[in-house]
Amino acid sequence: MEIVDILVVDDEPGIRSGVARILKNFSVSYPFLEDDIGFNVIEASTGEEAIQVISKSVPAVVLLDNKLPGIQGVEVLEYINKNHPDILVMMITSYASLELAIKATNIGAYDFVPKPFTPQELKSSIENITKHYFLRRMTRKLHSEGKQVRFQFLTILSHELKAPLNAIEGYLRMMQNKEAGDSIDNYMDFIDRSLSRIHSMRSLIMDLLDLTHVESGKRNRNLREVDLNLIARSAIETMTPLAIQRDVSISLEADNDVTLFADSGDVEILFNNLISNAVKYNKPGGWVHCKIAKSANEVRIEVSDSGVGIKEEDISKLFQEFTRIKNPQSKNVTGSGLGLSIVKKIADLYGASIKVDSKIDEGSTFTITFPIPTGDLLNDSI
Amino acid sequence: MATNKRTILIVDDDIDYLFQLKFQVEKMGFDVVTAESQHDAEQVLKNLKPDLAILDLMMENEDSGFILSYKLKRRYPDVPVIIATAVSSETGMSFGISSEQERQWIKADLYLEKGIRPDQLHREILKLLKQ
Repeated sequence: MEIVDILVVDDEPGIRSGVARILKNFSVSYPFLEDDIGFNVIEASTGEEAIQVISKSVPAVVLLDNKLPGIQGVEVLEYINKNHPDILVMMITSYASLELAIKATNIGAYDFVPKPFTPQELKSSIENITKHYFLRRMTRKLHSEGKQVRFQFLTILSHELKAPLNAIEGYLRMMQNKEAGDSIDNYMDFIDRSLSRIHSMRSLIMDLLDLTHVESGKRNRNLREVDLNLIARSAIETMTPLAIQRDVSISLEADNDVTLFADSGDVEILFNNLISNAVKYNKPGGWVHCKIAKSANEVRIEVSDSGVGIKEEDISKLFQEFTRIKNPQSKNVTGSGLGLSIVKKIADLYGASIKVDSKIDEGSTFTITFPIPTGDLLNDSI
Repeated sequence: MATNKRTILIVDDDIDYLFQLKFQVEKMGFDVVTAESQHDAEQVLKNLKPDLAILDLMMENEDSGFILSYKLKRRYPDVPVIIATAVSSETGMSFGISSEQERQWIKADLYLEKGIRPDQLHREILKLLKQ
């Protein structure tokens, strides 16, 4: 059994010994851990004593009363945050006001239990906080081994690839068992859905290839002056069948001869992703407008649409891998959830910035701004 | 019209899996109510006490099914919950509710791998409904 140190800071001896008694024979176990967890309770009657204890040996959890004879609990919390941010602090206080709860959690307390608490309440709070402690420890371990990001990516990827396979397999089995009767007509929906899942799986594979292309490093890039106008036109052409199907018009407005020193494959992926999103998340009768502009020190690509728009709080999630903002409007839009993360990766490669302006139900504008090296090192370094 | 049929709540964010499960469970003779997310399911549960629930694990969040199960059990402690997922084979993590302690934490009655045959599922549902 692994033992976790818990420091109880309270001036009432009854509370300290109560906590020690409740946790003495208490242990928890989690499906993600092989070992059970037991607790070792350490006591401190003042904030000053708590700080002394912590400076000698760092506990995992501190149960902290706010109303203490000397320095207050909140001050101890501040000390812990500053010097031992790994410690999880749970405030325990009889002055259980919402105000203090907010203040304490704002400055870094993990949780809050009002006094008086029952043994069961304390146990379930301790169970929660310990779970958090171990999950955090596991995450750090994975992170320090550099495995976490890859692990998460592969986990989600395998889920994304398996889900359509499972769906298709399910429909095929239903057909094999003739679950909807003998007439093939009864199975048209199953067939349509299967084809649609195959289609989205294919687009996921294409996006994965794009991602591999982007992540393969600069050595494999063929950097030259590419004509943005040309690439934008080709992307629009590719997207036109889908746009017609969805009754969306696409227009292009471009300064003359805008070129960018880049890999043409990267630029194609950029335009394809931005334009296809703008078409897919649009409304019937809607429009997509691409703009390419060049000034003395930057090249700007702008793709605007009259689409469904993105909520303010969702914008920050857009560029994460496998993010698909779910709402009634996007429900039936297929996508891998990789498109915009690929766009972001490409933009990063070229030191370009991405800006998103969006209004729900009105549309979005994605702007990518590429800096143009001036060749003048002195100017560049200012 | 009032019906004596038992009602089963199925929650999954994969509309095809949801459709297939609904199709099969209806064929077993149950009424089926569906939801596509933890959030939607919570709304449904405000007005409906199902006789049993089948929940996907990974929905809005990786542990949506656990949280939903926990909330469902808090509201309706006697409703059996099945968590159906492919997560263990995908992540290599061992989630399970074989021990009493795990059941206490996860608050589900049964844990099924996705892709279970309809007749197996039917047996498990009847067992949980004690029919």
